[in-house]
Amino acid sequence: MEDFSFLNPGSRQIDFDNFDDRLLLYVLEYEPSFVTCISCGGCTATCSAGNLTNFNVRKIGLWLRRGETEKLSQEIEKCMFCGKCTLVCPRDINIRNVILLIKKRISELKTENQPV
Amino acid sequence: MNRFLPDVLIHTTEMMKNKHVAVIGGGIAGMEAASVLARQGLKVTLVEKQKATGGKLNDWHHLFPDFSSPGVVVENLDKKTVRAGVNVVCHTEISHIERNNGRFELSDQRDVKIFADAVIVASGFHVFDATLKEEYGYGLFSNVITSVDFERRMKKHGKLLTLQGTEPRRVAIIHCVGSRDAKVGNIYCSKVCCITGIKQAIEINKMLPECEVFCFYMDLRLYGSKFDSLYLEAQKRHKIQFIRGRLSEAAERPDKSLQLKAEDTLQGRPLRMNVDLVILLVGMEPALSNSSLMRNNQMKPDENGFFRSVNMHEARNVGTQEGIFMAGTAICPMAVNETLENARSAALEVMNFLRTDKNHGGF
Repeated sequence: MEDFSFLNPGSRQIDFDNFDDRLLLYVLEYEPSFVTCISCGGCTATCSAGNLTNFNVRKIGLWLRRGETEKLSQEIEKCMFCGKCTLVCPRDINIRNVILLIKKRISELKTENQPV
Repeated sequence: MNRFLPDVLIHTTEMMKNKHVAVIGGGIAGMEAASVLARQGLKVTLVEKQKATGGKLNDWHHLFPDFSSPGVVVENLDKKTVRAGVNVVCHTEISHIERNNGRFELSDQRDVKIFADAVIVASGFHVFDATLKEEYGYGLFSNVITSVDFERRMKKHGKLLTLQGTEPRRVAIIHCVGSRDAKVGNIYCSKVCCITGIKQAIEINKMLPECEVFCFYMDLRLYGSKFDSLYLEAQKRHKIQFIRGRLSEAAERPDKSLQLKAEDTLQGRPLRMNVDLVILLVGMEPALSNSSLMRNNQMKPDENGFFRSVNMHEARNVGTQEGIFMAGTAICPMAVNETLENARSAALEVMNFLRTDKNHGGF
């Protein structure tokens, strides 16, 4: 029988029961201000990288919260660390540091030979 | 028992007649509280720093959500205060409240002194200074105005034009300017801006049907019972467009139009837009006089800098200094109807306080 993917929606659903919090917990430990993000998109609008590529800072935060480690490890390379996102954030989150921490943790996990 | 009750009432009424209440601030909260107290037979002095009463409402063009006239509200309150016999003192800015021998002494920078048994602080709010959000260009770019400027312009000229004198073809209304913004130190929501923005958007559409109007919001907070229907009307009848994304920056172009940068967060992509006019919905801040009014007594600010209530549920109007009460936006941002209700409840708290005042043999 043909395998219709809609009969197996598991792949499309956000699976909170198998939530990968390895990055999120690390970021919140060193940059607790991240917890206050309201996804206003101010960061994305001003982002130097986001104007040239499909890089989206707000989505980085969203993926971090949803435990999308694999997506993050690819996307995060596009950031140029200019820090404009941090300047416009109405919640005063050090977004630049959030990205730096994600990068750091990912490289740690890679050296520990853990899947990212 | 049947004869006792009226005697007590007569006694209190006589006692209350000798009580004097000072109300600081001749905006709508102060006027309403003062007139209610005076109608109950108390001696009331209403002190206003400007040349006339009415406060910020004197600048507003139309009120949300019914587009009614603020002038009528002020006029009615003026009539009420006069009829009730309130002693109105203008051109006087109270800067000190001190308690001596159970009475309050109010003074200004000159030699004016007012003595009172109870005080209502109705000092209102301060409009957020939009020049602090430099990236939005207020004060730098002439076609960036605030919601307060909009009201003033509409009241004065009855029309909305760009600085070049042309009719705007596209207007952007920016929500949450100076509110919910840790960068300017105001983490609270000013509550009335969302509905003000929708009201102004509809007014623009009625005036200039060809003009496109966009609202940039983070969350739409239409808390009032009639506010959501205005939102629906804005979408259905007036084609107002709502974009979920916070304005990141505005830049002026050579032709004095403005280029906006925001993220359309629902699309997940950065957005760029050229508009002829930007309206910043500026929030409410604690009045500048608050700190001096708190200096010589036990009044305290709350976490946002407004006057702290003894209890936000049961004693919203009661200040942390016994005998000093608050009314209206001195407590927190609120709309006109809420301000008037709040002022009436402040008046009732004052009555209860004076009746049970230990120093004056109440019961």
